[in-house]
Amino acid sequence: MNEFFLIIGRDLRLSMRHGADTLGALLFFVLTAALFPLAIGPSPETLGRLAPGIVWVCALLAALLPLDRLFGADFDDGALDQLLLAGQPAAMVALARAVSHWLVTGLPLIIAAGPVALMLNLDPTVVPVLLAGLLPGTALLSLFGSTGAALVLGARRGGVLLPLLVLPLAAPVLIFGVAAADAAASEQSPAAALLLLCALFAAALPLCPLAAGAALRSAAE
Amino acid sequence: MFGPISFSVPASGAILLVGPNGSGKSTLLRIMAGLGRLEAGRVMWNGEDALADRAGHGLRVAYVGHQDAVKPGLTARENLGRGADAGLQAVGLTHLADLPVRFFSAGQKRRLALARLAVRPAPIWLLDEPTLGLDTASVDRFGAMLAGHRATGGVVLAATHLPLPMDDVGELRLV
Repeated sequence: MNEFFLIIGRDLRLSMRHGADTLGALLFFVLTAALFPLAIGPSPETLGRLAPGIVWVCALLAALLPLDRLFGADFDDGALDQLLLAGQPAAMVALARAVSHWLVTGLPLIIAAGPVALMLNLDPTVVPVLLAGLLPGTALLSLFGSTGAALVLGARRGGVLLPLLVLPLAAPVLIFGVAAADAAASEQSPAAALLLLCALFAAALPLCPLAAGAALRSAAE
Repeated sequence: MFGPISFSVPASGAILLVGPNGSGKSTLLRIMAGLGRLEAGRVMWNGEDALADRAGHGLRVAYVGHQDAVKPGLTARENLGRGADAGLQAVGLTHLADLPVRFFSAGQKRRLALARLAVRPAPIWLLDEPTLGLDTASVDRFGAMLAGHRATGGVVLAATHLPLPMDDVGELRLV
C-alpha cells in the first residue's frame, strides 16, 4: 500500500517539474470553452442553455490530452519495468496512475469548470449540480483513460488509437453528466443521473485497473 | 527464441550469459524477472515456482535493463526514492545527489541505474550489460557492490559482452 502512495507522490512531483505540460490540459479546457461564444454568438439565453454540454465536452477532450504520455514515458525509458517489479500487483500500479491523472487533470478541471460555466451564463443554481456530476465524471474519465492508455502501449500510432478507444466509453459519462445539469436547469431532480454516474464509477473502479494492469503486463512482455 | 536450456544458481553464485547479439540473453533475463513471457518451462526459487506470484517475485528481483529508467526531470536522490543515500554512496554520486538527472552524462545515468541495486536489497540481481559506458573507477566500485551482494548469499545473473569484475563465475552460452 505504501508503494501505491509512493507512485502517486512521484507522479505529482514529476507533474510539478513539467508544469507547462500539466497546465496544458487546463488551458485547453478554458480556451476551447471560450471559443463557443465566438462560434455560436453571444446571445445569453442560447449560451446558458448550451453551457452544461459545452463544459462537459471540453472537459472530456481536455482529459484526453495527457493520456498518451500517461504510461508512454515510463514505457519508453524502462521505468515501467521497475514499477512492475516494485512488489505491487500491476492493477495497483494502474490504479495509482489513474489517481495521479485525476489529481493532475480532473481536479483542476472541476475547479475551473465553475468559473467557465458562469462565463457561459449558466444559471448559478445549476452550477453545483454540474460540479457534482463532474466529480464522478472526471474520475471515470481517468479510469477509462488509463485503461485505454495501457492498452495502446507499444502500438504504432497509439496516440491516434487512444481517443477512438476512450471516447465510446466516455459517451455514457457525458450523457448522464449533461442530463443531471439539464434536469436541474428545468427544476427537476438531478438525482437519477448523478446516481447513474456514481454506479458507473463503482463498476469502473475495480474493473478498469484490472484491465489496465493486464495490459501493462502484456506491454512489458 | 532459444532452444531448451536448464541451469541453476547456488547461493552466492554468479552466472554470465554470453552469446552473440539476438541470442536471447535479454529475453532470458526478463523472463527470470517475471517481465517476459515464458512459452514453456519453469523458473524455480528455493524449490517453488517463482512466477506463481509475479508481484511477490518482483521483490526478490533487482533488474537493471538496457534502459536506465531514470527521470530527467527529477534529481538523483528523487529518482532513487527512500534509501537513496546508500545507493548514491555505493556508486560514488553523492556529490550530485540534488542535481536534476537531465544534466548527467550517459555513464552517470548508468551509475544511477546501478545505484538502485544498493537501495532495495533483493537476493537476485539480473543485469543486462551493466557496465556499458562506465569508466574504470566506476567498474571497480561496481565490482565491490557485486562482491558485497554475493557475500550475503545473493545471486547474480548478468548478460554482457564486457568483462565483469567478478571471480568464480559460471558461464551459460546461448547460441
